[in-house]
Parts: sequence; C-alpha cells; structure tokens
Amino acid sequence: MSEEEKKDYAESPINLEYHYTAGSATTRFLNQVKEGKIVGQSCPKCSAVYVPPRGSCPRCGVATNIEVPLTDKGCIESFTIVHIPIPGNPIVPPYVCAMIRLDGANISFLHLIQGIDVEEIRIGMRIQAVWKPKDEWTHSLENIKWFTPIDEPDVDVATLRFQES
Amino acid sequence: MKKVAIVGYAQHPILENAGALNEVELIMPVVHQLFDELGISQNNIDFTCSGSCDYLQGAAFAFVEGLSAIQTNPPIKESHVEMDAAWAMYESMLKIQMGDADTALIYGFGKSSPGRLDSIISLQMDPYYISPLWPDRVSLAAIQARVLLEKNIVTPEQMITAVIDARTNSKNNKNALVTELVDKEAYLASEKISTPLNEFDCPPISDGSSAMIIASEEKAYEFTDHPIFIEGIDHRIESSNIGSRDLSKPTGILASIEQLKLEKTKFDVAELHTQFSHEVPYLQSVLNLSDVPTNLSGGPLVGNVMMCAGLDAIGKTYESLKSNDFTNGLAHASSGPCLQHNMLVHLEKKS
Repeated sequence: MSEEEKKDYAESPINLEYHYTAGSATTRFLNQVKEGKIVGQSCPKCSAVYVPPRGSCPRCGVATNIEVPLTDKGCIESFTIVHIPIPGNPIVPPYVCAMIRLDGANISFLHLIQGIDVEEIRIGMRIQAVWKPKDEWTHSLENIKWFTPIDEPDVDVATLRFQES
Repeated sequence: MKKVAIVGYAQHPILENAGALNEVELIMPVVHQLFDELGISQNNIDFTCSGSCDYLQGAAFAFVEGLSAIQTNPPIKESHVEMDAAWAMYESMLKIQMGDADTALIYGFGKSSPGRLDSIISLQMDPYYISPLWPDRVSLAAIQARVLLEKNIVTPEQMITAVIDARTNSKNNKNALVTELVDKEAYLASEKISTPLNEFDCPPISDGSSAMIIASEEKAYEFTDHPIFIEGIDHRIESSNIGSRDLSKPTGILASIEQLKLEKTKFDVAELHTQFSHEVPYLQSVLNLSDVPTNLSGGPLVGNVMMCAGLDAIGKTYESLKSNDFTNGLAHASSGPCLQHNMLVHLEKKS
C-alpha cells in the first residue's frame, strides 16, 4: 500500500432493524382508519378522549378501553408555515403543518392544511379532512390527504383546554 | 441509616413475543396488580423510578413513553435508569434513605423480540474499538465460559446441571417462558452457538415487565406485617475494557462480599442474574452458595426480560423469603458483558 492510500480511520456504520408494533390500542384505531373511520379512545377515569390512542391515559395510568367514534371535522389548535423544502417530500413550500384538534377529542395530532392561502390560516379555524380515494386506504392517517378550511365560525382554542371533572 | 423494605413485587408472564402489546400495555397490568394487592394507588407513591433501554425499542427517549402507564396527574416525582430496573430500585432506596421519599414504585420493561438482541447488546461496548466489531452477547459470554472451563473453575458437568436445574425449577415460576425439561442426552446433542455454549446454555429471547414497591421501615408496616428488609446493597463495576480484565477473577463481587460482611451470613435462598449456564456454578462458588438453594425460579435461563431480570432476581428472592420459613436471602443483578457490573442485595425477613 502506498503512503497516499493509507487510511488513518475506519468507517463503522450502525444500522439496527426493528419489527415495530403499534400496540393493541393503536392497532384497533388503525383498523378503523383503514375503513375511513376515526375512532378515538376515552379514559374510564377522567373521560379524556385520545386520538390517535396509544393505549393508556397518561394522566391516570389506565387503559383507554372505551371506543369513541369521532367526526373528521375540527379546528386548528396551532400551526407552522414550512418554507424549507425537505428532500424527498413532494409538497412544494410554503405549506402548513398544523395541530388538528378533532371535535370531541382532548389531544391534537399533526397533519397538513391545504386549500387556502397560507397567509390566511389562523388558530381556531374550522377544518375538515379531505380523504384519498377509498381504494388507496391503508392502516395510516395518510388516508387523509390533508385538512381544508370549512365555512364555520372560528373556535376560541382556550375553551378546548381539558376540564377536570 | 434509614431502613428500607420491599413490600410488593409483580411480574408479567414472560413472553417469547408480546406481539401487538406495546411497552405501556405490558407495564400497566403489573403496576395495577401491585396497587390492587396493597390496596393503594399512585397517590400513595412518593417516588417512581423505571429501568429500560431505548435501544430495545429503537427510539430515542422511548422510556418517556413508558411513563404513560403510570398516573402522572397530579404531577409525580420520577426518574429513570438506562439499566436493569434493579438499579432503579437502588436509586429509589437511596431516595428513601435521604429522606426525600417514604414509598417508591419501581418498574422495568423490555421487549427483545422486535430487534436483533445480539446487535443491540453489541452497542453497550466501547464505541471506538469493540462495538464496531459487533461482538454478539453469546460470543462474549462464551469467552468467559472458555476461560472458566480452561482454568477448571467451572466444569462442563456443572453447566449441564445448571441447565437441567433451571428447567426443573421453572415449575416453581408461573411466569417462566421456558418450562420444557431437558436431559443430558439432549443437551449434549445440541449444536454449539458459540463454543462452548449451546442453545440450552443461553437465555431465551424474552418480552415482559415487572414492578416493585419499597418503603421506609415505618411506612412498610402500614402495608404488611412482614416486610422484607434490604439489609445491604453493593454495586461494583469491572473495567469496560474486556481485554484488561481477568475474566476468572470476580474482583468486584469479592469487594461487595467484604463491604456487606457476607462471609459468615447463612443464606436460605439465592437468586442470581445468571444469563448463561456457566455463570451459575461460577457465582455459586464465588458467593459460597454450594449448600444454598439457588435460582428456585429457574432464573434467567427460563425467562430473561432485558432490563427486568435483575429486578426479578430481587423480586423472586423477596417472594421466597415471604412464602417460606426463610430468614436471609441473597439477590444478584448484573449488567454489561461477562458479568461486568454486579450488584449484591442482602434481604432479610425479621421474625
């Protein structure tokens, strides 16, 4: 080996593969999502409704074993306008990621907002899911393409705070 | 020094593959079982501490998600160790001794089924010189087994006995994963995984969880008439550089024995965190346990939930003392390759 070819370092990539399981509660949720239904789960102690459910109420430490069918309507609890393109992401910036609070739920989840000029978007705005064609539905919230504003009065998000019973 | 006692312990049935059950769904049943047995709730717990390993779940801060199994409203005092939950018990005990808590809930959880445990365990080694070689856990154990066999500290017959005894004792343990008996012929016919270890010498891939509640002396008597006291606890660590260790010299354990003044203690029972068959006779000899019933639960060879098996050794010793006419028990928890970390826990039932 010539002097130039000598390496004074070694590469040591680390890759670990996992067979991830969502958990039995989230599995029940995803099976409903595949059918185009959003079914949250509620805590038997404090009645908080979780969507997507992760199997327990982290306030009370008990299984959320009550299924609560929800609509695909809700409001924007918070949002951000993304200006930076992410490699591999087909959506052209600027676009909006929002925390979606569905009606009847006590937590929000992240999804896209489309169908409106990004400058018009505001907290409390009413929105509804736009679904992909039925034959594309899988076990994923990506069955919803995005949420889009609907013609209903804004919600004061302060009223959405969880009230202890 | 404030005395601390174990007042309850619960273990999830050990599973080969918990499948759809996620970590939170594994933890909740054992915590609720403990609470129900003692007639208490999270509101009676001053300090909560868990033991787990994010690499098993393959997600950063995965242990935070584990907390979803616990009632956290009103807010709780909480901590976590990226170690076996036996060390979560150690931290909790110190918390009680410092006067910051009177009761503590400890839980450990681990699913080994989703990933490749051999690769994951490699990553606990020195990241510059050893981890890049991806030494698997069985090969590392095999190095120590070979040293012990060559020096005649352990014999092949003792290893066979350890395997046969573990399987036989699994009948005492309703949560054991491996209960099938094995005879000498089957053992000898088994192919080596990493010489000198065959599949029977190694623990099964296991999923599960365990929980324990400890309390200060005063508080312990509110829960039970017969608390089991932690008389002594000592943790020692050998060098992380495996090449600089003499794998046949248990320096740390001997120091613990001296520190805890265990030389003359007559133990009625012992549960050792011995993941591989050669470790059983080795530690029995180091700890002078030749006449002491050891691993009556079968030990890790019949169910080895990562990040729990050490806490389980303590829990099983507690159960043995509680349900038998025993006074002194010795529990051992370990971590790292080739028994690098060792923690001895001396438990005592007051008459």
